Amino acid sequence: MTLKKTLLASIIGATVAGGAMLPLTASAETLRIGYSADPETLDIHEQLSGGMLRFSHLAFDPLVRWTKDFDFEPRLATEWEQTDDTHMRMTLREGVTFHSGNEFTAKDVVWTIERLKESPDYKAIFEPIASAEAIDDYTVEITTTEPYPLMLNLATYIFPMDSQFYTGETDNGNDKAEIVKAGNSFASRNISGTGPFRLTDRRQGVRVDFERFEDYWDTETEGNVSSIVLTPISENASRVAALLSGGVDFIDAVPPNDLERIRESGDVKLVEVPGTRIIGFQLNQEKVEAFQDVRVRQAVDLAINQEGIADRLMRGFATPAGQFSPEGYSGHNPDLVPRYNLERAQELMAEAGYEDGFTVDMIAPNNRYVNDAQIAQAVANMLSRINIKVNLRTMPLAQYWPEYDTRQSDIAMIGWHADTEDSANFFQYLSFCIDDETGAGQYNYGNYCNEEIDALVTEADSVTNLDRRNEMLREAEAMLYEDVGFVMLHWQNLAYAAANGVEIEPVVNALDFPYLGDLVISR
Amino acid sequence: MIAFLIKRLMHAVLVMFVISVLAFAIQDNLGDPIQQMVGQSVPESERDALRERLGLNDPFIVQYVRFAKNAVQGDFGYSYFYREPALGVIARHLPATLELVFAATLIIVLLSVPIGVYSAIKPRSIISRFFMGASIIGISIPVFLTAIVLIQIFSIGITVSIFPESTSWGAWLNGFFSTQGSMPSFGRGYDLVHVIGHWDTNLASWNGLKHLVLPAISLASIMLPLFIRLIRAEMMEVLQSEYVKYARAKGISMRRVYFVHALKNTMLPVITVGGVQIGTMVAYTILTETVFQWPGMGLMFLDAINRADIPLIVAYLMIVGVIFVVTNTIVDLIYGFVNPTVKLTGKPA
Repeated sequence: MTLKKTLLASIIGATVAGGAMLPLTASAETLRIGYSADPETLDIHEQLSGGMLRFSHLAFDPLVRWTKDFDFEPRLATEWEQTDDTHMRMTLREGVTFHSGNEFTAKDVVWTIERLKESPDYKAIFEPIASAEAIDDYTVEITTTEPYPLMLNLATYIFPMDSQFYTGETDNGNDKAEIVKAGNSFASRNISGTGPFRLTDRRQGVRVDFERFEDYWDTETEGNVSSIVLTPISENASRVAALLSGGVDFIDAVPPNDLERIRESGDVKLVEVPGTRIIGFQLNQEKVEAFQDVRVRQAVDLAINQEGIADRLMRGFATPAGQFSPEGYSGHNPDLVPRYNLERAQELMAEAGYEDGFTVDMIAPNNRYVNDAQIAQAVANMLSRINIKVNLRTMPLAQYWPEYDTRQSDIAMIGWHADTEDSANFFQYLSFCIDDETGAGQYNYGNYCNEEIDALVTEADSVTNLDRRNEMLREAEAMLYEDVGFVMLHWQNLAYAAANGVEIEPVVNALDFPYLGDLVISR
Repeated sequence: MIAFLIKRLMHAVLVMFVISVLAFAIQDNLGDPIQQMVGQSVPESERDALRERLGLNDPFIVQYVRFAKNAVQGDFGYSYFYREPALGVIARHLPATLELVFAATLIIVLLSVPIGVYSAIKPRSIISRFFMGASIIGISIPVFLTAIVLIQIFSIGITVSIFPESTSWGAWLNGFFSTQGSMPSFGRGYDLVHVIGHWDTNLASWNGLKHLVLPAISLASIMLPLFIRLIRAEMMEVLQSEYVKYARAKGISMRRVYFVHALKNTMLPVITVGGVQIGTMVAYTILTETVFQWPGMGLMFLDAINRADIPLIVAYLMIVGVIFVVTNTIVDLIYGFVNPTVKLTGKPA
């Protein structure tokens, strides 16, 4: 029967395929992208998310941007100088025009920074900036409230918007500049940036079309993509199929199960990049007294085989972690590596008086991080070897965060990407003593608190001497490692795949924002 | 007839009311829409402000009454994700789904009637047995798998090398079973022809039709075996009845007996089941559309659930409820035309 079915299928296939199919002819410079999601809105300040930042890099340009090795590369700012502890002066690029035709000057940068400070999502990140002032048409001076070492990190988030275009009133009398979350604002429907691509059509959830901006300032780039068609394909298997069948040229978020298949395929190639998102677990000290004992926390850490999970469960698609900061980050401390040692873990449990173990609940999402539910399952099994019996509950993202916020479970999984691409951010959100006033420790599920570490990181954040600052952050990582304030698992890798001839390797990076303006297609 | 339609209209209103209450009642379990709308590092105070603005802090009754008040005026709320009225979002996605369902229905009708009739007339022939066997397999394969297999065979292509490549017959067989794969595997394609309003059609261009083929086949694959078996069973029963025997005895040609006398009576129960199943098919599009990234209501609904986009979920459920009522009404009307002894209003004849 099966054979007959196959035969039948082949006959139908042969007739359909042979009879009338025209080969898909894409002009050499059209890039068809299959991303897992399309931009939620056109207002880049409405939501801070990976998807929106990707979009920002298409339609806008930042003042500076990250290189692959976490250096800064000039874009709309050509030079910068820290004039004193609280002032930075930036020289802007001349001869840049917006998609609307308006000329880009310092007032656009000032306007954009002021808007960022109004945005609910960016407000907290831009807190350190007190004001920005246009010295002349191409010089901006940024003042911070206190000495702030991460001014350039923030500058990667400043994508100057066309102030003239976004100023005024719409026909309904609404302010064109207003930021409305999940609402129908002018900026969420209209766009004018300086970026390499101009948006030509958008059908939300279906496709977004871009064309190369003919007056783009960066004429030295070798990028030759003249138009982009972005189709969101959220289903993993369908996205991979779309690439393999030649329906798209470039996809993101290749699922681990398909890595092998893509590596072996001759028509497409895989590019893996070590990511910067730390995945780990938080032990709730409020709920479980045993977790207040550092020996128990260490035992948990020692019982988890990070290498094994990265190797087998993630199929090499993760970098095992012993600290928050991935390589390339300022606070990365090369000495801190995973330390799986089951025997020692058992000893520590015995020393702490928990030889017979205990039972805990664990929660994890099942559609947020790569293989999240399976990872949680594996960790639960590993903990059973030191007699900690885990009742695992996994749930979809939309339900996970509300559940997480109640802090009712004993162990919770979390993944974190530092918005500032800086080590201190991890500490501030994940391990700082909880303080509702300042918002510190907003995601410190375990109620872990080590004031020494907090003091060190806080101090580091006002040190503008970067060498000295890095030293302090490395020290903080080491203290957290010893105290197991967070159970580290791995940094999730990023995987892209593209058709042969689409040279994505040079333009993708650990930040997950491919610089498509510089993409070269050679067929 | 008028009384019947009015009665059905009341049904529709009742169905919408019940669905809206249910959809509203479950919204707390769908998750927190705010979480999806803000960055991870946004402080709680900002989240609360947004919750307040969207009215999510109000008690259930207040939220429902506000919704109901607007809904009777045709305003089903604002989708959080699309940032526009939920009804408009659905209207934009509806044509894609309807075209898909239409294409699948067409495939089902064109295949199930001849195959069902044939296997009823010649139940012992090899072809009939093959179709019966195949329909068992077809009915038990989940649509998700059918879709993935179709994509693998016709979009990506398969290379078969189980036969010895060195022999000429082996090479020929290998080549015969391997497929090139050039069918589009996702979306509606870029050659849509605009008809009216939100309706861009796939049916008017070659490229559009090509995009429609695989999703329509996989959607049809769920219902097709069911209908083949249904038609076959009904037809076999009708062929045993007295009036068919009488018609044969009168010497009417067999073709006329089969296709005029027997088939007409076979179709009565098929129409009833078919009507209900078309409604069900709209629900099945969720799976098909997800695999093929078909930008219709099903995909939209699944995304809405993932994003906890409550206004859109509620509006979708209500619209689907209406579609069910409407298809059932149409089925009953057709039933009345096919079988004049049936009285629509349910009064004794």
